[in-house]
Amino acid sequence: MPIAWLILIVLAIAAVGYVLGRSRALQSAGGDSRGLHSLPVFYGTNVALKTVVPAFGLLILWLLAQPLFVNSQISDMIPESAIKEGSSRSLVMAEVRRTASGLDNAVAQGTLSETAANNADADVSELTQILKDAGQVVTSDISQPVLNAAQRYRLMNATGYTIMSFVVLFVALIGAAAGWLQTNADYRARNVVEQGVGVLLLAAASIAILTTVGIVLSLVFNTWEFFKLYPATDFFFGLTWSPSFSGRGGLSELGIIPLLWGTLYISFVALLVAVPIGLFAAIYLSEYASPRVRSVAKPMLEVLAGIPTIVYGLFALLTVGPLLLNIFGADGLGWMKAGTAVMTAGVVMGIMLIPFVSSLSDDIINAVPQAMRDGSYGLGATQSETIRQVVLPAALPGIVGAILLAASRAIGETMIVVLGAGAAARLSLNPFEAMTTVTAKIVSQLTGDADFASPEALVAFALGMTLFVLTLGLNVFALYIVRKYREQYE
Amino acid sequence: MTDASMQSPETGRHAASLTATDARTIKRAKAEKRFRTYGIVAIATGLFFLVVLFASILSQGIPAFQRTVVSVDFTLTEQQREEAESTLFKTKAYSDLFIAALNKELTERGVEVDFDDAAIERLLGKVGGTIRTFYAENPDQLGQPIEFDLAASSRVDGYFKGRVSRDTLQDSRFLQLSDLDLVDALKEAGIIKQGFNWPFITGADSGVDNPGGAGIGASVVGSFFMMMVVLVLSLPIGVAASIYLEEFAPQNKFTDLIEVNISNLAAVPSIVFGILGLAVFIQFMHLPQSAPLVGGLVLTLMTLPTIIISTRASLKAVPPSIRDAALGVGASKMQAVFHHVLPLAAPGILTGTIIGLAQALGETAPLLLIGMVGFVARGYPDGFLAGFTEPNSAMPAQIYTWAARADVGFYEKAWGGIIILLMFLLTMNIIAIILRRRFERRW
Repeated sequence: MPIAWLILIVLAIAAVGYVLGRSRALQSAGGDSRGLHSLPVFYGTNVALKTVVPAFGLLILWLLAQPLFVNSQISDMIPESAIKEGSSRSLVMAEVRRTASGLDNAVAQGTLSETAANNADADVSELTQILKDAGQVVTSDISQPVLNAAQRYRLMNATGYTIMSFVVLFVALIGAAAGWLQTNADYRARNVVEQGVGVLLLAAASIAILTTVGIVLSLVFNTWEFFKLYPATDFFFGLTWSPSFSGRGGLSELGIIPLLWGTLYISFVALLVAVPIGLFAAIYLSEYASPRVRSVAKPMLEVLAGIPTIVYGLFALLTVGPLLLNIFGADGLGWMKAGTAVMTAGVVMGIMLIPFVSSLSDDIINAVPQAMRDGSYGLGATQSETIRQVVLPAALPGIVGAILLAASRAIGETMIVVLGAGAAARLSLNPFEAMTTVTAKIVSQLTGDADFASPEALVAFALGMTLFVLTLGLNVFALYIVRKYREQYE
Repeated sequence: MTDASMQSPETGRHAASLTATDARTIKRAKAEKRFRTYGIVAIATGLFFLVVLFASILSQGIPAFQRTVVSVDFTLTEQQREEAESTLFKTKAYSDLFIAALNKELTERGVEVDFDDAAIERLLGKVGGTIRTFYAENPDQLGQPIEFDLAASSRVDGYFKGRVSRDTLQDSRFLQLSDLDLVDALKEAGIIKQGFNWPFITGADSGVDNPGGAGIGASVVGSFFMMMVVLVLSLPIGVAASIYLEEFAPQNKFTDLIEVNISNLAAVPSIVFGILGLAVFIQFMHLPQSAPLVGGLVLTLMTLPTIIISTRASLKAVPPSIRDAALGVGASKMQAVFHHVLPLAAPGILTGTIIGLAQALGETAPLLLIGMVGFVARGYPDGFLAGFTEPNSAMPAQIYTWAARADVGFYEKAWGGIIILLMFLLTMNIIAIILRRRFERRW
């Protein structure tokens, strides 16, 4: 991996620059650091920063821009005639990239010489056979234009990376030289370095914004593509979910309503389990429990929140599902056909959410001022009367916020429903039937299929968008309520 | 219940005495008791779920650490090897040789149960490949007797662990009732025995038809590389972002925007991060699918809010007098932060980072979207750098893969994988707690 070497070389230049900058500063002050404007360290750091920051910035930009550039160039190179019926340009491009990486690997294994890989007139079938023998996954028939495009792709990438290495090294050396030449006893190195570090800190903080922008852009862009292929009204109001992977569009019915129904139903069951248990646990812990009980029971409950969701998923699939099937299945009440059902996923998700509800409610109940309780006791109310009629109403907005946060968690939960809820999308009221959710369908539409051009894959982005908007809305609303309430008593 | 309706004149308020409790007081006392019981029941239910969860993990996962092996002395001659290598189904030839050897040994020992080659074949797992690899790696062992510990078939394994019993077994091409007599006889003879399942801990995933040979080692390595990426990226970025927000950020719209973004990102469902990773890292940047590098990048974005929130809390906990003192003796703002505040906040930051890493280690959903599922992670990466870019699985993704397979034998592996995953999480959390106890300073 030459990029790793490139990074190491730039770092080495920076280290050398640090030593040289520091010694040059000391030299210019006659070996006495008291004659310098800043501490000697800053002069060294100044050179090192000027080496590393522009070089790495350029490296990252180049790595981002080159694939875009190369792809658009190659994509223009493929003639319209090379795109088969029912295929698309992006599919052909995927094939080009696969072939190119196959050639790379074959060359790396030594089964193919570099010149043979670049030979534009090579016999296509022969080359395909070599690639297959080398264990590379290639499509059965690489066509001549695809092969040529793949060879060109390799060439452009190779030249691109070579140029990049030189340019980055050049920039690093220029930066080091500039920093070194600036260095003299009067140079305000500390101010410059601190300003630079400040900018780096700001950049790190901005990554949060970049992430959000990345999420929104990737969702919006692909959702837009999806709505070009599939009408938005059918998506939002369709009552059937039956994607077909065989036919390319047209045959699939991709209505979100059954998925949303499954999501909300399972979340509802989960909240039905989590809210009473969590709320009463929080009340007991904050109002009744002795400090000793509290110090044991609270962390124990919170362990439930620290367990990875895959564990809950397996628990639903292999423990809770069969258990419920014993009680409600054909041998018992006869309501349930299989272990995966709304009930299974809902109950397990409820267990997972108990600590969310209890911890948040606990904080909120604790934040209710003691004076309110004392007032109630003074009027002769018992402890439970105080809790029900004074503490809970006062804490209600916060508790609602906590429940909404738990609900948003339930809606976004994936592994439990993937393993525990089943795969059939249906609109039904029976909680013992298998249903599926938005998250489970995102997983099933996007795993295993590398073709992002079909509506069946793109629908996952529209589902993701819906999920994102839904959970974000719930969160913003919940945080708003919690914050507003907190200010009342502080 | 003290509703307004209860304060009707019938309660006989004027007749109350101090010595005899009236009906209403008794009722209220009962309500009080009931309410308290609800709380106790709620906590007990929560703890009960916790106990059931751990009980089912342990009871179903521990058998994964045991395996049933057939241990036989076996000699392969140079000539036999050449013959086997020249056939079309090479592993089949090896396993035929082994079966013949076992058959001979059983006859010599005079096992009293009827058996034939087919029965022996049913008892054994996929042994041919193991033998072939062994001799390919150790050609000098040819012609010498070697004691092989080879995995028994998954059903025989199940028989030893109680998953398969004589009552429930139906004759099939995998195992017949009569074979169990042979198994018992072999157990008497000490040829079939149970042992600790090292291959489960050190091995890689096997094909869908061979649950006995599946191991979690390769995916532990995959998880390790992912955590390296997460640590190397999220710790510096998270700390830098927190320092900016806590110490330098001016009060303006841009800072507010960052703050809002961080708190919202902490609540975005993990699957959405998976979509981001798929769209940006794989679709747009064409990074390799299923690579720990991509998984690490996605998990970094997920972990950042956690680390930023905990780092800010520990920066906030350092009293302002420390900063004032540093500034007072002539340090710059930057020096005050980096030389004095940061070292004092370090234990808290480290604790938060470890907890964030533990969360990332258990995260599954985003990994499914970037392709860490649906393929068999058959081996360890070739080297350190290749570890980042070669397709590999990660522990939770591997557990999911096993759980989604049809063969029941894989469920045991999935539970066993969970025990290993939880052991890693437990260790990380204990380290975090110890760090906090040992180094945290109360001001």
